[in-house]
Amino acid sequence: MAIIAFFALKDKSNSKRILTASFWGLFAVSFIFGDIIPPLYMGVLVIVMAIIAGAGGVRLGMYDEVSQDHRLTQAKKLGSRLFLPALLIPIVTIIGTLGLKDISIAGLALLDKSNITLVSLGVACIVALLTALFLTKDTAIRSLKESRRLIDAIGWAAVLPQLLATLGALFAAAGVGQVVAELVGSAIPVDNRFMVVLAYVLGMALFTMVMGNAFAAFPVMTAGVGLPLIIQLHGGNPGVVAAIGMFSGYCGTLMTPMAANYNIVPAALLDLADKNAVIKTQIPTALLLLFCNVFLMYFLAF
Amino acid sequence: MLTLLGIVVVIIGFVLRFNPLMVVVIAGIVTGLAGALPIDKILIIFGEAFVKNRYLSLFILTLPVIGLLERNGLKEQAQKLIGSVKIATTGRVLILYLFIREAAAALALTALGGHAQMVRPLIAPMAEGAAENKYGKLSAKTHEEIKSFSASVDNVGVFFGEDIFVAFGGVLLMKGFFEQNGLIIEPLAIALWGIPTAILAFLIHSVRLILLDRKLDAEYNVSLKDVEECEKS
Repeated sequence: MAIIAFFALKDKSNSKRILTASFWGLFAVSFIFGDIIPPLYMGVLVIVMAIIAGAGGVRLGMYDEVSQDHRLTQAKKLGSRLFLPALLIPIVTIIGTLGLKDISIAGLALLDKSNITLVSLGVACIVALLTALFLTKDTAIRSLKESRRLIDAIGWAAVLPQLLATLGALFAAAGVGQVVAELVGSAIPVDNRFMVVLAYVLGMALFTMVMGNAFAAFPVMTAGVGLPLIIQLHGGNPGVVAAIGMFSGYCGTLMTPMAANYNIVPAALLDLADKNAVIKTQIPTALLLLFCNVFLMYFLAF
Repeated sequence: MLTLLGIVVVIIGFVLRFNPLMVVVIAGIVTGLAGALPIDKILIIFGEAFVKNRYLSLFILTLPVIGLLERNGLKEQAQKLIGSVKIATTGRVLILYLFIREAAAALALTALGGHAQMVRPLIAPMAEGAAENKYGKLSAKTHEEIKSFSASVDNVGVFFGEDIFVAFGGVLLMKGFFEQNGLIIEPLAIALWGIPTAILAFLIHSVRLILLDRKLDAEYNVSLKDVEECEKS
């Protein structure tokens, strides 16, 4: 898998600007040698990448794009067969995930169990790429050039999800969660069942918006509010509290730029002028759902 | 309280539109210092977490395939295909995808979809194609709107579907959390209690997609009338 990433990124280092090339080059290094380089130096590398991006060093290159006419003729010639490679990615990934789970050779698991979906995705991409190359009679170099066009359009946003994950880790290490949970816990009248539910549901959403990840918010908010107040003090059903609490966190995920892989990267992938357009579209749905969650939890948990 | 400084940095940074990578790194360093972590420890956390979360960038693997297919007219073919379905509208296409995405995620098939593999090459062009069939040429604003909705459908579908599956990591995380605190609950209970919200999520977003159809109807019929009136006068 790393090999494909390496080729894709190596191609990028051929681009005009030295800074752009070094940005993607460093990213490639982190991908391939991430396990070998000591974390301290990896940390420095990450910060250097951020400085390059912050200084506006990641720019677009030159691409030879084909005309609309060429695409239309190709579409006419290849027809719906074009869908095949695109659909092969999810299909092969699913077959791989379900089918390879229990296969082992001489007692050793063929694939690392924890990585099975990711490995399947890698295999699926190779299968789909080979099919696409066969169908279109284009060269492998061509496909790498095309991926360079796409990744440059996404730009530094491609790295943002990974970087935000590191911020989450730092928040956790510095104990940000406990402080927030204490604040929420101290601000609500604990005797009022409805207010406690409201605080928990809103707290999950808000905290998720800050962390960009509901999984990070859940243990903190539930330990601070959900468990002691709703479940232990008021006797709420833990299954309901957990399920609706987590979904309230997801409502937060829909509304925050911190969840970059869901909200910012897609905006870049779809060439949207406003990088926050996806979030703005999702806010009404998320708020309505959050409102419903308060009442669902209030009526279902007790 | 000082540990919350990092959050302040993030908010200010995003509001003032500094480069997010810089904002995040600075917020991380500020949080670490406020939490009394030594510098080398902060750097180590940066490095470790960055490497551990490499899987977040795996969507890059799909780009060679998608790029190649786009060069050969994948988007154009998707639009043509949707053009042959007369009853297709933007809203209906997206509601169908929302249903498939959420149902598949509830059966643990979260790989069926995604922004790089499905939305960019197939779903967004189809949603745009359906609108173009109906209204002719679309304004740039409408294109943005339809694309944003296409992305939102993928998110809503996968988020509120995946938690319904009992062996999903999120469900197991919740079960594990309660176990640590001395409460034993069945994963099935968590998954079942998620269903009402999951259904509501589907309904709310579907209604918004129907409203999107109506809004487009109104917008483009009005502009058609305008054209006719202009021609008359």
